[in-house]
Amino acid sequence: MSNHGIEEKKSKLQNKARQALDKKAAYGSDLDLSSEVSTVEEAPLESLKNLDRRIREASLLAGMNTAEKERSGSYFQKGDSAIYARVQDAYEGKVEIMCIEDALQEYPWLWDYWWSMVPVDMDKYTAAVELWGKGGYFMRILPGARLDQPIQSCLLLDEAGASQRVHNIILAEEGSEAQIITGCTVSPEVKQGSHLGVSEFFIKKGAHLTFTMVHNWAEDFDVRARTGVKVEEDATFVNNYLLLKPVRSIQAYPRCVLEGDRSRSRFNTIVYGQENSELDLGSVIELNGQGTRGESISRALSTDGSRVMMRGRLKARSNDVQAHLECRGMLLSKESEMNAVPELWVEGAPQADLSHEAAVGPVSEEVVEYLMSRGFNKDEAVSVVVQGFMQAGIQGLPEALENLLRQTLSSMSEEAV
Amino acid sequence: MLQLRDVTVKVEGEVILKNINLVIPRGETHILLGPNGSGKTTLLKAIMGMGGAEVEGEILLDGQNIADLSVDERARLGMGIALQKSPAVPEISLQEILQITGEKHGTDEMEEKIESLNCGYLLERGLNENFSGGEMKRSELLQLLVQDPKVVLVDEPESGVDLDNIVIIGEALKRLLKSPREIEKKRAALVITHTGHIMDYLNADRGYVLVRGSITCAGNPRDLFEEVNQNGFEGCLECQITE
Ligand SMILES: Nc1ncnc2c1ncn2[C@@H]1O[C@H](COP(=O)(O)OP(=O)(O)OP(=O)(O)O)[C@@H](O)[C@H]1O
Ligand SMILES: [Mg+2]
Repeated sequence: MSNHGIEEKKSKLQNKARQALDKKAAYGSDLDLSSEVSTVEEAPLESLKNLDRRIREASLLAGMNTAEKERSGSYFQKGDSAIYARVQDAYEGKVEIMCIEDALQEYPWLWDYWWSMVPVDMDKYTAAVELWGKGGYFMRILPGARLDQPIQSCLLLDEAGASQRVHNIILAEEGSEAQIITGCTVSPEVKQGSHLGVSEFFIKKGAHLTFTMVHNWAEDFDVRARTGVKVEEDATFVNNYLLLKPVRSIQAYPRCVLEGDRSRSRFNTIVYGQENSELDLGSVIELNGQGTRGESISRALSTDGSRVMMRGRLKARSNDVQAHLECRGMLLSKESEMNAVPELWVEGAPQADLSHEAAVGPVSEEVVEYLMSRGFNKDEAVSVVVQGFMQAGIQGLPEALENLLRQTLSSMSEEAV
Repeated sequence: MLQLRDVTVKVEGEVILKNINLVIPRGETHILLGPNGSGKTTLLKAIMGMGGAEVEGEILLDGQNIADLSVDERARLGMGIALQKSPAVPEISLQEILQITGEKHGTDEMEEKIESLNCGYLLERGLNENFSGGEMKRSELLQLLVQDPKVVLVDEPESGVDLDNIVIIGEALKRLLKSPREIEKKRAALVITHTGHIMDYLNADRGYVLVRGSITCAGNPRDLFEEVNQNGFEGCLECQITE
């Protein structure tokens, strides 16, 4: 894009954003953004090892390996400051990782992607990210590159009451193959704040991307994520999402468009609602190309006074497509609430094959009693059922995260009983 | 030894079993016959503390009244049950439950036990999830073998099982009931059955007939079985075999 074109696009986007600043979101509770503050600027880091111990520990819980072992590259953002972006030597020429502002400088063509999968005036949160956003990552897996180790990123907030607003772009070029593990988290002292994140994914012809996101927030934290994914011919996008810690509210409803023929997508979601968390989560898969396949599997657990909304929408616009949606929830307390809203839409594609399965209920007493008859005490019995239930939500989780999940699940099901 | 003294069982306020008395010494296998709906399953579950039953009277395990203990406490004291119908538990695989049960009860020869009940191919499956009738029975008995209980309660091990599998199940029961040589390790067993097939393996010592919630006959199991085959259960209401 020419300089002139860029300036024009920028000012158009800003205008639209300003007009949308009061626009409430379609789902989730409304947040007041007026009192939000930015964070202090931080200097870049030489190495992730130089991070404070408490920060390293917090990021570890979000899947970040600060020793950068078994990782092809890393991105670290603290508050508004992108303090670290590095590709391991062995992966030079295969992947690029930088903060989004640098990427927009370096690649004028990136402006064509910018806000192309998420409308800037979708609601007040997208508008806020455009007007006050700082940072976010640009990751580009180069054509044909196959990364045998995952890329990692961590977006961390270390200041109470502050807000993080990021815009990420992930570009998996033709025939590439990669995994990304990204964690969003707060340092242990931070209980309050907000995170607004816009992410746009472009999965080019024949590419394969697995994106795993771990959310680790705090009791008085609000999160709004806006995600759009475009998948081209013969390409695959797999999205794993894990939320295992309390939060005040999260609302996200990523949209994945299977544009190219034979493209595929799978969303795996594991969420644990606890304390007074208000979770409104789901995914939309639009099956536009011929022979596209989609699958969305969610497992939710709710306890204490949490409220969990599981959404899911499959939209078929082409014949010869197949997709399945599965939402399962387990309630562990009388005060918690759960809703499952699976939707199947077919538009002008009478041969489309869409299905869904939804089930919400308590842990079966009959099953608990059965396990107890084998010598399990009640807590163990409930914990075994709960762990198994949640684990079924994520298949093919990156190895690095499997242990983390298992640990969290076992400590969380102990808490749950 | 398992002893029931004047056991009355109510389920959801309704009396299902009345004044049940029985004694099963160690090393003996007793069988329980009775028509559908007579209360056999309810009795077995009540002995184990399952099924939300309200129990009056005493259930004594080696002299200790266990009637107020929870299901898992009874299991840890050495009681074990193979259910007529067990619930599907897709959240855990057969392998996992065997492993955990084995750790709890200190079992060895796991491989061999799995082999003997032909359950190898079921290990990765969700527990009881879409198991066929025969697979369900084999997996229940396998779990009991691994649990290695002192008192074995088995509810209709042969129902829905074909002739080849009856052999497998019969052998497993034989092993479960009669294996230990030392008297202090010998087991007491109560087995519910409707058919003679399984009796060939059990070598049962005593039988009971339960009709409408009461034990109407007790005696030699083969005689009882013959009697029921000839005159039906109603005949047992006034039969003469009872000592
Ligand atoms: N939870 C319950 N609520 C109400 N009635 C029950 C309950 N459980 C069992 N019953 C009733 O108690 C009676 C005895 O049932 P039980 O299952 O013990 O019979 P059974 O002798 O094992 O029969 P079958 O040979 O068919 O297995 C039946 O009439 C049954 O409907
Ligand atoms: Mg029965």
